[in-house]
Amino acid sequence: MTQTPDLAAEIVLSVQDLKTEVATPDGAKTVVDGLSFDLRRGETLCIAGESGSGKSMTALSIMRLLPEPMARVASGSVRLGGRDLCQLGETEMCAIRGGDIAMIFQEPMTSLNPVLTIGRQLREAIFVHQDVSRREAEKRALETLEAVRLSEPKRRLKQYPHELSGGMRQRVMIAMALACNPKVLIADEPTTALDVTIQAQILQLIRDLQRDFGTAVILITHDMGVVAEMADRVVVMNQGKIVEHGAVSEVFERPKDAYTRELLDAVPKLGAMTGQDAVISAAGAGPEPVLEVKDLTVRFDLRGGILDRVVSRVHAVEGVSFSLRAGETLGLVGESGCGKSTIGKALMNLVPWEGSIRVAGRPIPHGRGEADRLFRRDLQMIFQDPYASLDPRMRVGDLVGEPLVIHGLAKGRELRDRVASLFERVGLTPDQMDRHPHEFSGGQRQRICIARALALSPKAIIADESVSALDVSVQAQVLDLLQELQKELDLSFLFISHDMAVVEQVSHRVAVMYLGQIVEVGTRRQVFENPRHPYTQRLMEAVPIPDPARRRDVFKVPIGDIPSPVRALGESVERVRYVDVGDRHLVAEPA
Amino acid sequence: MNSTHDLEGRMTTDAKPDAVALPAAGQTSRQTGNQTRRQGALERLLRRKLAIIALVVITIIVGAALFAPLVAPFDPSEQFFEGLTLEGAPLPPGERFWLGTDLLGRDVLSRLIYGAQTSLIIGLVANGIAVAVGALVGILAGFFRGWVETVLMRFTDLMMAFPALLLAITLAALFRPSLWIVAMVIAMVNWVQMARVVYTETRSLSEREFIVAERAMGAGLGRVLFRHILPHLLSSIVVFGTLGISTTVLLEATLSYLGIGVQPPTPSWGNIIYENQTYFTSAPWLVFFPGVAIIALALAFNLLGDALREVLDPTQKGRH
Repeated sequence: MTQTPDLAAEIVLSVQDLKTEVATPDGAKTVVDGLSFDLRRGETLCIAGESGSGKSMTALSIMRLLPEPMARVASGSVRLGGRDLCQLGETEMCAIRGGDIAMIFQEPMTSLNPVLTIGRQLREAIFVHQDVSRREAEKRALETLEAVRLSEPKRRLKQYPHELSGGMRQRVMIAMALACNPKVLIADEPTTALDVTIQAQILQLIRDLQRDFGTAVILITHDMGVVAEMADRVVVMNQGKIVEHGAVSEVFERPKDAYTRELLDAVPKLGAMTGQDAVISAAGAGPEPVLEVKDLTVRFDLRGGILDRVVSRVHAVEGVSFSLRAGETLGLVGESGCGKSTIGKALMNLVPWEGSIRVAGRPIPHGRGEADRLFRRDLQMIFQDPYASLDPRMRVGDLVGEPLVIHGLAKGRELRDRVASLFERVGLTPDQMDRHPHEFSGGQRQRICIARALALSPKAIIADESVSALDVSVQAQVLDLLQELQKELDLSFLFISHDMAVVEQVSHRVAVMYLGQIVEVGTRRQVFENPRHPYTQRLMEAVPIPDPARRRDVFKVPIGDIPSPVRALGESVERVRYVDVGDRHLVAEPA
Repeated sequence: MNSTHDLEGRMTTDAKPDAVALPAAGQTSRQTGNQTRRQGALERLLRRKLAIIALVVITIIVGAALFAPLVAPFDPSEQFFEGLTLEGAPLPPGERFWLGTDLLGRDVLSRLIYGAQTSLIIGLVANGIAVAVGALVGILAGFFRGWVETVLMRFTDLMMAFPALLLAITLAALFRPSLWIVAMVIAMVNWVQMARVVYTETRSLSEREFIVAERAMGAGLGRVLFRHILPHLLSSIVVFGTLGISTTVLLEATLSYLGIGVQPPTPSWGNIIYENQTYFTSAPWLVFFPGVAIIALALAFNLLGDALREVLDPTQKGRH
């Protein structure tokens, strides 16, 4: 697919000097500044940038979907086939949206109306722009579902959005976008909310459709891997301005702008650690593991029927065992629904569990109580979303000191001093203690969460997707901080993530989870350089590589979703058996 | 609105250690944030015009109720011969009777001032109890789930479906009608809506990540419920609580009208309206002034509550 953009192809969309402003309490703020680019037929243009760079604002400006009057296009033009979209009235714009330019959004969960069937919503999309009979619209709806390769398209037409998985819903969104053969498709982070294997399927689909229909695509993404896999040309944005614009190979191989270079350097690359052993640098590492989990099982009851009886169970975690030594990081990877986050919650006693968990040799009691409170000092957790995991009404100093107060370890002057030193430890200054969480950036908030987790001097920290919500440059800094802390304090991490490249970067050992069970576990080199389980191989294959020279023409990912972990009552899940393929590299036997 | 959110987030931050992209606007808003923090909540409250107006209105009403014997020009129950026209009709507002007189020739202003006592007790005490009970039931049911939720919320539903007046009549039959019985009855009837609102919000709050994070830290129930969940519920409690003032004042009037509330000749704003509503066309002041009093009281508390909510919310600092 690495084709040079056909310069002779006609220009379908031309953006000139676009400037978008947003109203703030301090007056108008320019969020898109002097943006210009041309889009040719059949071309993929990627707009890349971090949060706040103005990339989504660009898409909304082109579609004229800005939340007016809070935001408006101040100047510039967007020309589509000789017409300037900025000059059109709302009625004319309605004909263009979905007709000439279609858009797909990040959240396939919320972009569909939950109370209408898929078929009804598709038909509506067709009726708005085409004067066809009901039967014809139905036929067309079926065709588009077939075009996006949705399994059993006839049945899907009668289903509601909640009956479909995330990947299937994004396919439906694409089908709706393509129903009227648009000239331009704007995809705003279309795969960000999806698992990596599903992402590969959707990216493949966008490529195929583009080839078949000649649609020009504007792909907005923060993921440089996706850019490298998809783009013909790239626009890199920073603070509303274009900092770099060129062919994808140019931008990746010879970035001219300093920001682009920084951005590309910060991207974690799968395979970057090849050949390097992960050495645990713990000084006082005893033989006793810090955390030992045996046969951990978590099941959730699903109720239903008139009598509200338990009708089936979600087998979220099935007989998982692992251990964690001092100063070691165990990476736990897998796709959504595989049970990796549930393991974290079970360890923190946030969900009911069965099996045995030992922290520093002591067994953890079930349920809450004084004993539970004691062990919590040794085990802490950092959550995924630094925006959501801090109480917005409290001062950050109080938040960081809270574990000390809860456990009655410090108060008054001493508390303040300890909090201040924790702030310094994570790269913040003590004079920031009196502020509230909303006054900090994402990276700083995650530092605050880390400081809070460190307050009780735990032996192990569970990091559940702790860097997933951060921009890559910030992500790199937070990962550095975690590794630094590990070296200094002999901390152990259970690093739960869906991002293979990040896990490779930080882990000593890696466990791959699938449907509630670990299917492969070994050292970083064993798992990443010699993946033996088919699922691990599939995961690795699906990760987009941030290098256009290594772009794959076809993602070798079989279509389909991960099977459901829901089982009827009484039906048990078969536990996997492990084979040691050498040096404690355990792989589940193929079923 | 993904990107506006991003932008908003960036605008109010300073990204010192994570700096790849630093908007210049961050610096200025940080300074204003610092300035406002130093001032106390009360000071920030007093800078709001509407809040001051509300405080003044509340002070006047409360002052009038407390010092009624000193403030009121006449005895509220005294029937003046000269308070009626020769045909026996009430007098419109005039020089002697500022707000006019009622059908029995009593001074409306004096009755309003004494009536403030009753209405404040109902609007603040009865409504206050209703708010507290409702909030407690809601927060417990929303947080604990399981059988606690089932029992509390089914009971709430039952109360909601039960005719309030029937309950009030039953209770009034059991006890001798008095102001305090009326207040209790009103509290028992009015906590239900509050419980519903608080329940729904607590449910969604307790699933937010920062609450889960608190629990993971080992925070006890009291801390989670009252330090982390309750402050987030304050705005709904304030809004519904102040709306409840007018509802309860009017409910008291209904009960008085049915003869199971405050017994005449003791005045209350509600029973002044009820006694005189049939004369609305011929003597509008009899309904107009007590109506204005009820609206002023409810509106003042609503404005004050609104201002308090904004002043106490740290994410609103620096915005006006």
